[in-house]
Amino acid sequence: MNILVCICHVPDTTTKIKFTGTELDKNGVQFIIGPYDDYALARAVELKDASGGKLTVLNVGEADTEPTIRKALAIGADDAVRINAHPKDAYFVAEQIAAYAKDKNFDMILMGREASDYNGGQVHGMVAEMLDMPCIVPCMTLEVEGNIAKMGREIEGGKEYVECEMPFVAGCQEPIAEWKIPNMRGIMMARKKPLEVIEPTTESAPTEIVNFELPPSRGNVKMIDADNMDELVRLLKEEAKVL
Amino acid sequence: MSVLVYIEADNNAVKKSSLEALTYAAKMNAGDVTALVTDKAENLEELGKYGVKTVLQVSDDKLSTRPVSAIASAIASAASKAGANVVVMSRSSTVDAAAPRVGVKMKATVASNVVALPQTDNGFVVRRGVFTGKAFADTKLEGENKVLTIAKNALAIDDSVGGSATVEAFSPEYGAKDFAVKVTDVKKQEGDILLPEADLVVSAGRGLKGPENWGMIENLANELHAATACSKPVSDMDWRPHHEHVGQTGIKVAPSLYIAVGISGAIQHLAGVNSSKTIVVINKDSEAPFFKSADYGVVGDAFDVVPKLTEALKKAGI
Ligand SMILES: Cc1cc2nc3c(=O)[nH]c(=O)nc-3n(C[C@H](O)[C@H](O)[C@H](O)COP(=O)(O)OP(=O)(O)OC[C@H]3O[C@@H](n4cnc5c(N)ncnc54)[C@H](O)[C@@H]3O)c2cc1C
Repeated sequence: MNILVCICHVPDTTTKIKFTGTELDKNGVQFIIGPYDDYALARAVELKDASGGKLTVLNVGEADTEPTIRKALAIGADDAVRINAHPKDAYFVAEQIAAYAKDKNFDMILMGREASDYNGGQVHGMVAEMLDMPCIVPCMTLEVEGNIAKMGREIEGGKEYVECEMPFVAGCQEPIAEWKIPNMRGIMMARKKPLEVIEPTTESAPTEIVNFELPPSRGNVKMIDADNMDELVRLLKEEAKVL
Repeated sequence: MSVLVYIEADNNAVKKSSLEALTYAAKMNAGDVTALVTDKAENLEELGKYGVKTVLQVSDDKLSTRPVSAIASAIASAASKAGANVVVMSRSSTVDAAAPRVGVKMKATVASNVVALPQTDNGFVVRRGVFTGKAFADTKLEGENKVLTIAKNALAIDDSVGGSATVEAFSPEYGAKDFAVKVTDVKKQEGDILLPEADLVVSAGRGLKGPENWGMIENLANELHAATACSKPVSDMDWRPHHEHVGQTGIKVAPSLYIAVGISGAIQHLAGVNSSKTIVVINKDSEAPFFKSADYGVVGDAFDVVPKLTEALKKAGI
């Protein structure tokens, strides 16, 4: 099996977000593999271990993402590709991935259901449409039988089970697999694994962020005595008007 | 110019979130509003009240499970028929999956998770929720065509816009591979109040000690006609089903009222609930971080407070 996993490089989920103008202030921010991408990578490692084949990890990013890519190699990817560009928006990233994957005969292209920074949730669908492949999102279970992939996804009020022929694209999330933590041997091996850097095919991006704003903090919490639930009900009714 | 709105219906009734999308389209003032309906639904002329001029109705059993690729083709082909250069739809499992495909098909710029009407004095700028609710990004969209997915509760429904809509049968053009994904099974959860759609949510965490203690949470939820939810460790330990887990890695909810019982308020939990209109936190630890993100707080033992709250609601006749 020939698997491509696309990863993004995002601030650790507990990071306090700050901006300088229209850019994220990276000062003191720890970057990680996108948490949803981590699920995709974990399942890809399991599938490769079970059936053999090759697992490539791809990131659209500038040189500062290489430690994140090396971590994916340490977790079990065989080789890596970095498309050397600032990931301007979902369309730009999708175009790069599709251009790279077009003639590589991947059986599946996995990634997270969304990046935890810009939360677009668009790249998987765009790549699939550009390559005329099915796309399953959010993909929560994934099994392969011969040339058929069987997947489960969450829908309103329940779960839907689907199948399709390979190749396909999936935007993954838990509980597809348990996250894998790199071990010492993986980290040592990752240093020697190939990391190819290629240039982007275009520079165009159809969206531009012109301003960031932090949401207003909730007013100071109003504390209510535990013995006075009548008062809480009254406030929810008359003040918050939610009952 | 015109706007196309993709509408979803459940049990023959148009979903509230779709009415929000219609309201958004009407308030954009970007020309005629056309609605596309591929689900079974009645009384579609009434969508005129929300400003819809024409409803394109697709009656095709092959669309009953909302196959993403085919729905995307239907949306793009309806937009072309209506001469629409903006597609507006409310976020759902179908819309989130279909929007990027529609974008590529229509050569349109896609903006997801939009929380406010566009600013059009200097280009076309929409506000999106980003960094899992920790920030908003005002995003300028280039190009003629646009696809917007709207966050739940982004704006209040307005049914005072227009009159009656004309309903037309519509047969979309499908792509060769649109039905390549086969649905083999659907498992609907029990209960009639579904978490992603719920307006009121009662949620509980590890503070409840074990699954046997969820009876009081269910009683409170029943009293309020609310859906129940939980934190991640609770579903990881199988105290509650996985589909109740809210947060960054679970379901994101934006109800009018979110009541959190015995949940610490970790940042990953907040990421899934911080768009709620009003948050009530019940926790025995007055230092629990959740109080910082709450509108109303009660410091107390859940086993004591929750039954009292249920009683108070009963007494008030809620
Ligand atoms: C990448 C990542 C993603 C994650 N995604 C999610 C997610 O999507 N959703 C999520 O919920 N978590 C998520 N987590 C986990 C999250 O960090 C927290 O561990 C989790 O939310 C804690 O759940 P909890 O508040 O129920 O439990 P705890 O942290 O154990 O808190 C229990 C709370 O209950 C209170 N309590 C105890 N007894 C009582 C009582 N008798 N009455 C009242 N209060 C009581 C305690 O004071 C405490 O505040 C994620 C973590 C990571 C690293």
